[in-house]
Amino acid sequence: MNIAKPNSYRSGPDERGHFGIFGGRFVAETLMPLILDLEKAYTAAKADPAFQAEMNGYLKNYVGRPSPLYFAERLTEHLGGAKIYLKREELNHTGSHKVNNVLGQIMLARRMGKKRIIAETGAGQHGVATATLCARFGLECVVYMGAVDVERQQPNVIRMEMLGAKVMPVQSGTRTLKDAMNEALRDWVTNVHDTFYCIGTVAGPHPYPTLVRDFQSIIGNETRTQMQEVEGRLPDSLVACIGGGSNAMGLFHPFLDDPSVEIFGVEAAGHGLTQLHAASIAGGRPGVLHGNRTYLLMDADGQIQDAHSISAGLDYPGIGPEHSWLHEIGRVNYLSATDDEALAAFQLLSKLEGIIPALEPAHAIAKVMELAPKRPRDHLMVVNLSGRGDKDVPQVGDILKGKTK
Amino acid sequence: MTTRIDTRFAELKKVGRSAFVTFVMAGDPDPATSLEIIKALPKSGADVIELGMPFTDPMADGPSIQAAGLRALKVGMTLKKTLDLVRDFRKDDNATPIVLMGYYNPIYIYGVDKFPVDAKSAGIDGLIIVDLPPEEDDELCLPAMKAGLNFIRLATPTTDDKRLPAVLANTSGFVYYVAITGITGAAAADATAVSGAVARIKRHTKLPVCVGFGIRTPENAQAIASHANGAVVGTALVDALKNSLDAEGRATAKTVNAVAELTAALAQGVKGAKQAAE
Repeated sequence: MNIAKPNSYRSGPDERGHFGIFGGRFVAETLMPLILDLEKAYTAAKADPAFQAEMNGYLKNYVGRPSPLYFAERLTEHLGGAKIYLKREELNHTGSHKVNNVLGQIMLARRMGKKRIIAETGAGQHGVATATLCARFGLECVVYMGAVDVERQQPNVIRMEMLGAKVMPVQSGTRTLKDAMNEALRDWVTNVHDTFYCIGTVAGPHPYPTLVRDFQSIIGNETRTQMQEVEGRLPDSLVACIGGGSNAMGLFHPFLDDPSVEIFGVEAAGHGLTQLHAASIAGGRPGVLHGNRTYLLMDADGQIQDAHSISAGLDYPGIGPEHSWLHEIGRVNYLSATDDEALAAFQLLSKLEGIIPALEPAHAIAKVMELAPKRPRDHLMVVNLSGRGDKDVPQVGDILKGKTK
Repeated sequence: MTTRIDTRFAELKKVGRSAFVTFVMAGDPDPATSLEIIKALPKSGADVIELGMPFTDPMADGPSIQAAGLRALKVGMTLKKTLDLVRDFRKDDNATPIVLMGYYNPIYIYGVDKFPVDAKSAGIDGLIIVDLPPEEDDELCLPAMKAGLNFIRLATPTTDDKRLPAVLANTSGFVYYVAITGITGAAAADATAVSGAVARIKRHTKLPVCVGFGIRTPENAQAIASHANGAVVGTALVDALKNSLDAEGRATAKTVNAVAELTAALAQGVKGAKQAAE
């Protein structure tokens, strides 16, 4: 495709929330006034030093930032190529990168005077982060979660309930993240007067893809500084897993205008790209769902198809609109890893580094296993370790014992 | 350009009553029964037919309408077959306005240049696309207007006076006021609140204002129709259809009648209402 390259990859979206043809605001009229209010509130907050200062305080003392940039020496030796660094987002309070965004949105909700917070969650990481910050700030919290995910992510369901959130199992559709998002939108349409919808990824109607990206960009900004400190230069490549794609966007965005940095996003190929999977870019095409235009898995008639991934957090038939744009203009390379590849990577990282990753970033590690050996020894590769694997321990344990597939 | 919708509301105005607008899902529970149902609607007193376009992820609809869409998809309903259904209906009825209601993605995939033209030629008069606010007008609203279709916009309790002009700018045919903040088939619409809202919208437009979401009974329909130019009933009809199906979700001998009888009862309610003053 012949698309003009922009002067900056970081200036999007336009004032209507578009990244190229992607993004936008495709929602019911009931929600439009709220989305416009949110945009105003966010613009004001961004320009308010007090908001930034308060957020930085919580990021440091509550979340535990900055997260370390750790040289994975044994993984590097094992793969025999690029020098691999792990951005340790799994060490954040609540165990994943999700907390960065939730903190930002909860502080916005407080500015807007909202008392009730709703969220959707796949693996439960976003739900746990939302439940945590609602507890911290005394807000009512309702989390929608597909009934299938409630089943496979029990540890996180228990955590959310302990934190005082109400977890609503969603029985409609495929009973996974997509349906949880539909249900959350229905709740929002019904309770617009007092409810703030805390979206967990860089998707949804404008301004969500932008504000989530901005809140997550702390990952890439810290990585820049840390890599300069340790190696005296920028990394040569970045790797992150993608469901909706917020951890990836957070790592990638501050590096988009650095042409020397190769960037790889890893989608979930499930049972394989010709079978059930969740790789929207590899196996989908542009369509409109959940408030934005983006790559989606769908049939010839525009009906949304079921996604599948071993990882509940990647099991979504779409991807954030900015990723769709970065794919079409060729700035980011989108790859995919199967369930089996992710499981192998999960075990490798656990055994070599003593770090049990979540199944989501295990997809990124799987591609690092392919990419790193082909790079020279002075190549600096950063992989975003977006979440820890505690939540996946029972599921992976069962699989390894041959109990489930 | 005058459409069947304009003609119908002008006729109703002459006789001084409000419109009864019925919603059913295209292809529910199968295309042949669905055609029989939409043929039966005008005979039972429907003035305007809203036909749902099935979609896997109808985010503003409640469980009844979502299930209806999934039933239709299960038997292979597509957007093209929805147009075929209307084409078949038009063989016997060239007067009843038909408005397609649904979500944008299937139309986007069908093609935004091709769809309005094909829809118009199939005998469709207007479109209600739930997830296309005025901010996205150039997506489909403008091509639809160009093809001679009415683009009917939803106004809601959250649409304030400042926003109304934007919502009404490219609206034609009628304005669809959503009586509740919520999904279809949820809370009951409050006639007093609706009355105020309709009056507010009428200060901004000369278009007829129809009210939907939360209207289930003939009494309910009558109360709403006395404050508006039309009352829309969907979930109650879809539920009546569902309750007539066999255990496997297939049509029975009762199915068409179940919808027709409830339509007739609701139409009586609407016809008993005095139309709201202009």
